[in-house]
Amino acid sequence: MSAAVQSGVRRTARGRGWARTGLWLAVAAVFLLLPHLFASGTGLTTMSLMAIMIIFALSYNMLLGQTGMLSFGHAVYYGLGGFLVVHAMNAIIGAHLPVPLVLLPLVGGAAGLFFGIIFGSVSTRRGGTAFAMISLGLGELVGASALILRDFFGGEDGITTNRTKLLHVAGLNFGPQLQVYYLIAGWCLLCMMAMYALTRTPFGRICNAVRDNPERAAFIGYNTQSVRFIAFCLAGLFAGIAGGLTAINFEIMNAANVGAAPSGIVLLMTYIGGVGNFAGPVIGAILITFLQVMLSDATEIWQLYLGLLFIVMVSFAPGGIAGLIAMHAPVWRARLLHRLAPAYALALLLGLVTFAGAALALEMAYRLSAGSEGGTAFRFLHVPVEAASAAPWSLAVLLAVPGFIGFRRVLPIVGNVWATTLAEARQGRGR
Amino acid sequence: MLELIIVSTLNGVLYGMLLFLMASGLTLIFSMMGVLNFAHASFYMLGAFFGYQLSRVLGFWPALLIAPVLVGALGALVERYGLRTVHRHGHVAELLFTFGLAFVVEEVVQMLWGRLPVDYRVPPSLDFTAFTIFSTNYPAYKLFELLTAIAIFAVLLLVLTRTRAGLIIQAALTHPDMVAMLGHNVPRVFMLAFGVGTGLAAVAGVIAGPALVTQSNMAGLLGPILFVVVVVGGLGSLAGAFAASLLIGLVQTFAVAMNVSIGDLLAVFGAHLAPDAFFAEITQVTVAQIAPIVPYLLLVLILIFRPRGLFGTRET
Repeated sequence: MSAAVQSGVRRTARGRGWARTGLWLAVAAVFLLLPHLFASGTGLTTMSLMAIMIIFALSYNMLLGQTGMLSFGHAVYYGLGGFLVVHAMNAIIGAHLPVPLVLLPLVGGAAGLFFGIIFGSVSTRRGGTAFAMISLGLGELVGASALILRDFFGGEDGITTNRTKLLHVAGLNFGPQLQVYYLIAGWCLLCMMAMYALTRTPFGRICNAVRDNPERAAFIGYNTQSVRFIAFCLAGLFAGIAGGLTAINFEIMNAANVGAAPSGIVLLMTYIGGVGNFAGPVIGAILITFLQVMLSDATEIWQLYLGLLFIVMVSFAPGGIAGLIAMHAPVWRARLLHRLAPAYALALLLGLVTFAGAALALEMAYRLSAGSEGGTAFRFLHVPVEAASAAPWSLAVLLAVPGFIGFRRVLPIVGNVWATTLAEARQGRGR
Repeated sequence: MLELIIVSTLNGVLYGMLLFLMASGLTLIFSMMGVLNFAHASFYMLGAFFGYQLSRVLGFWPALLIAPVLVGALGALVERYGLRTVHRHGHVAELLFTFGLAFVVEEVVQMLWGRLPVDYRVPPSLDFTAFTIFSTNYPAYKLFELLTAIAIFAVLLLVLTRTRAGLIIQAALTHPDMVAMLGHNVPRVFMLAFGVGTGLAAVAGVIAGPALVTQSNMAGLLGPILFVVVVVGGLGSLAGAFAASLLIGLVQTFAVAMNVSIGDLLAVFGAHLAPDAFFAEITQVTVAQIAPIVPYLLLVLILIFRPRGLFGTRET
């Protein structure tokens, strides 16, 4: 390699390093500025929740995305981390120990790591489907135990604590949500950077190798079982931190926090965001938390939409949202995105029409069913609708059926436009 | 004591046979397609709710026939239009697809029938006492459940080992390419097997619904136990699934009937925990209380001592 090429390589590497530092500074600035944009109470609690979920989803992706381990019981480490933090806080308050609240998530991390070591030693012997089932079994084991051991887990009422009674440093008592938000945001940034750095280490690369081809990874001398085990323990550590922050944020933990529901939600978040990209789980955590807060106000059956979105993503976009975005990078670089716009707009329009019709039908079906409590009259997109009449049903069918047929017709056209544009973008770069 | 043992054995065998009705379909589907159907228990739940809805209109007996057929058809459609699309993304995507399906089915059931248990009752023609052991009246409906499960088990065994269709299915388990080469439509065999497997789960749902609680969380309660059965028996082993079903059925039923605490059990072995120790709470828990976690404890033990399961021939 000539000296000129070498210095060029070094320069691009340094340039990339600067770009990365800039990116992290930008993330930090966003965390700092967000409370000024969304200063309302809902805004602050939503953002705190998002930051916690970002840590949780990223820790989950250390398993699913980086190491190829599908876990159905990740909430065990999140929940146990949270419970240990609540108990630690109560013990500290009881004994008047001079420990500031800022350090408490470390207790959660230690708990997550500890239980990761214990359960990981049983469950990471094999990857693939076997691991998935064992993680489910362990998740159920801990979830069911949480309802039995009432002293430690507090049963269905849960265990409460008071974050303001710990040692106050620099006049911060963490009473207002704004202070808690900054605490969570700080930990979130720290954890994001740590987890990103981990993907750049040789260990992170070996995790990818174990994911892609365990035989080969074993053949070049790595013990795939211990790679899985270490990844599992580290994922437990970060999940425990997320759980600890949850405990601080809500000042309560109950048995549901270690159960199947958060394990499922974190899987949905991570996968919808995209497992193949570091930013994927971040996108997923923000989007799903937002939907959780916003949709649960708008409709009773929002979880159904979430499940359907998940199925659509698994079937048609296994790379998640981040994968879809990354797919367009070459086209964007070649400045050909505008070519795709008309086809995309048409598909989006027809897709929305189909969805509107289907959603209207679902909402009306819900109002007519035994599950509803509010009667048959409701508002759909601010328009009053009577579910027991024929007109809205025919409207739903008129929207959904032609919309769906049109959408199916447009899909091959979108595919064609995409293929030609991508080919052109690649050619342009080769020139 | 003898009474307890006899009644618990009967109940345990019954529960085990119901588990096997579902585990057999799950195992068949897994051995064929390599897909662990996370939504298998959801089809069981759909069976129970379809059975409830149909029995209100048509009566119990027609519902017992129609509901599994409907659910089986639904299962076949899921295989044809869902799983087959996802198949090209690999096994993890398939598992995730069925996970999403389980999520959606639970939401749909909640949407249509609500969160509270529905009033799905034992049909009047079976609502009497079959026999009395000591002082326990054993209901005829439980006997009917047991006989149905055994009859289906026998038919399944005969079909798989004695008929041409069974031979093709067995061949497709291990050598799908060769079977396709011989002119059989393997994807259709898969679709039918998926339909039959989910239909069997629905049968279990229709007959278990009146005896247990027909509620939107029944799939979530039973699904993980099914997985335990399949892993403990050995992934892909039908005989193993049978043994594990009975084992878990019996163990859980006996655990429910035992009203001694863990501390008492430990005391038998001469071990005592100080009452103020950190986890002393464990010693006050009775065996009956830990019955729900017994299957999972069994799973962990099996994984430590015999990772391929009871009858498994390959490492899971």
